[in-house]
Amino acid sequence: MSELVLTALRLGFLILLWVLILSVVAALRRDLSVGKKVRAGAPSAREVRKNPDLAPEPAPPAKQSARTLAVVGGAQAGTTLELAASPILLGRAQEATLVLEDDYASGRHARLFPQGSRWFIEDLGSTNGTFLGEVQLTRAQPVELGQKIRIGKTIMELRP
Amino acid sequence: MSDVTTAPVPRRNLELGLLALALAVVTGANYLVSLSNESGIEQKWFTQSVALACMALAVHAVLRIWAKYADPIILPVVVALNGLGLAMIHRIDNATGDNAASRQLLWTGIAVAAAIITLWAVRDHRILRRATYIFLALSAFLLVLPLIPGLGREINGARIWVGLGPFSFQPGEIAKITLAIFFAGYLSSNRDLILLAGRKLGPLQLPRYRDLGPMIVAWLVSIGVLVFQRDLGSSILFFGLFMVMIYVATGRISWIVIGLAFVAVGGLLASQFMSHVTRRIDAWLNAFDPEVYNRAGGSFQIVQGLFGLGNGGLFGTGLGNGRPDLITYANSDMIVAALGEELGLFGITAVVLLYVVLVSRGIRAALGTRDAFGKLLAAGLSFTIGLQCFVVMGGVTRLIPLTGLTTPFLAAGGSSLLSNWIIVALLLLVSHGARRPAAVGPLTEPEKAGTAPGRRPQAAPATQEDAR
Repeated sequence: MSELVLTALRLGFLILLWVLILSVVAALRRDLSVGKKVRAGAPSAREVRKNPDLAPEPAPPAKQSARTLAVVGGAQAGTTLELAASPILLGRAQEATLVLEDDYASGRHARLFPQGSRWFIEDLGSTNGTFLGEVQLTRAQPVELGQKIRIGKTIMELRP
Repeated sequence: MSDVTTAPVPRRNLELGLLALALAVVTGANYLVSLSNESGIEQKWFTQSVALACMALAVHAVLRIWAKYADPIILPVVVALNGLGLAMIHRIDNATGDNAASRQLLWTGIAVAAAIITLWAVRDHRILRRATYIFLALSAFLLVLPLIPGLGREINGARIWVGLGPFSFQPGEIAKITLAIFFAGYLSSNRDLILLAGRKLGPLQLPRYRDLGPMIVAWLVSIGVLVFQRDLGSSILFFGLFMVMIYVATGRISWIVIGLAFVAVGGLLASQFMSHVTRRIDAWLNAFDPEVYNRAGGSFQIVQGLFGLGNGGLFGTGLGNGRPDLITYANSDMIVAALGEELGLFGITAVVLLYVVLVSRGIRAALGTRDAFGKLLAAGLSFTIGLQCFVVMGGVTRLIPLTGLTTPFLAAGGSSLLSNWIIVALLLLVSHGARRPAAVGPLTEPEKAGTAPGRRPQAAPATQEDAR
C-alpha cells in the first residue's frame, strides 16, 4: 500500500476518533444543565407518544385541593410547607422534604403523594408508625383536608 | 448533596448508535495496526474487532433488559477505550513478539462477563448498602491476601500480587470497589454524626476529634499498603478515595485540608525513610541526569516516554509507525506514552476527553440518584477512575513522580480490567436508578413484600436508639 494512502488512513483515523468525541458531546448536550433543580432534556413529542407516562406532569389538582401542609402540634407547630404536584418525604433524614425534629420519628418516616385530585399518605416502614386520625396506617390512604396526621409527637394537617 | 433530574427516557438507541461509532474507531485502530505489521496483513485485527463488538453488544443487550434507563454514554466510551488499548497492545506485541493482546482479549471477555453478572445480580445498587460491613471485612481480606507467604507474589518490588498456578491477580484492584462500597455505606449512615460541628478555626469548621477516627484509620491503611506492599499508587488511590467520599458526604472543605495535611505528613515520612519512594522522587526530579537515567529502576522509562511523546508531535507517527517498544512496560504503565507517540497530541487529547466524559457521566449519575448511598458510591467510583488517570498521565508526562497505577481500560493487565468493568456496571446501575421514572402512587403489594427491591423504600433506622 502506498505511503500516501497510509497517511490518509492515519489522518482519517484521527478524524474518526474526534467524530466519536463530538457525537458523545452532542448527545450530552441535552442534560448538561447542572445546578438547577430542573428536568433536564424534556422528552420530545415523539417520545411522549411512545411512552405516555412521560407527558409533562399535570398542573397541581385544582380548587378545593390541599395547597399547604401545616404542622399543628409538636415541637415544630406553626411550620407550613407549600405542596407542589410532587411527592414529599417526611422524616428526620436530611433529604426529607419536611425534616421532623422529633425523636420518635424515623429517618424516612412517611411519604405524602398526590394522585388524581387527592393526597395519599403512606408509611415507609417507620419504627413508631404513622397515624391518620386515631388509626395507624397499614397501607397508603387518602388524606382529607383538616384530617390529623400524627408522626411521633408531631401532628400535621392539610389545608387548602 | 444536590439533585439533578433527567427526563426518564430510555436512550438505548442512542447508545447503540454511539456504540457503532466506537466500534468503528476500534476496528479502524486494529486495521491500521495490521497494515503496518511487517509480516504482511494478518487476520488478527478482524477477530479482535469482532470479539470486542460481540462483547459490547452483549452488554448493550443486557442493559436493554435489566437497566433500561442507564446512562447511554458510559458503555460506548468504555468500549472505545478498551478497544484502543487492545489495538495498542497488539501493536506493541508485533514489535516485541509478545502475546499480551490475546491475554488482554481473554481478560476483556472475563471482565465483560463479570460486568454482566454484576448487572444481573445487583440490579439495584441499594442492596449493597445492607452488606456495608461485609464489604469492610472483604476489603481487609483482599488487602492482606498478597502478604500471605506462599500465596503472595512480589513483582518488580511491589508485593501486590496473588499467584495461583500460571495466573496472577492484584486483589487490591477489587479492594478499591469493596472499599468504595463500605465508605459509601458507612458515610451515608453516619453522615449526621460526622457533620456535628467542632471548633471553628477561621473560615474552617473543624470536626470533633473523635470523628477524625475513620480518617486516621484510612490513613493508617494507606501507609500500611505503602510500607508492607510497597505500592505508592494504591496507597494514594485508597486515601484519595476516602478523602473525596467524606468531602462529598459532608461538603466541608476542612476535611480536604485535614486530608492534605495527612498526605503531606505521610509523603514526607515516605520520601525520607522508604528507599523505593526516594528513588521514584529522584527519578522524577533529576530525570535527565545521566547517572539517574542509567541506574537500574532509574528514569530511563520516563525519559524514553517523553522522547516518544516528543517524537509523536501534533498528529503522531501513525499507528504502527513509531517505536513505543523502546520503552519498558510500553503496554501497561507507559501505554499513554505509546498512544501519544503514535496518535500525537490530537489523538491523546481525544483519549483524555474520553476519560473526562466517563468521569463526568459517573458524577452525573451521582447527582441524579436520590439516595445518599448511591450518590457517594457513584462519586467515589468515578473519582477513582479520574484519580488513576491523573496519577498515570501525570507520571508519564513528569508532572508528578511515576507510580505503579494502571491506566483504566487501556493498560494491559487483567485485574485492572476486571475491576474497572465492574465499576462501570455499578455506575450504569446507579445511573439507571437515577434516570428511571420515580415511583408515584401507592406501592403495589408485591413491591411492599420486597420482591422488587428497586422501588422499596429504605428501612428507617430504629429511631429511639438513635435519639439516645
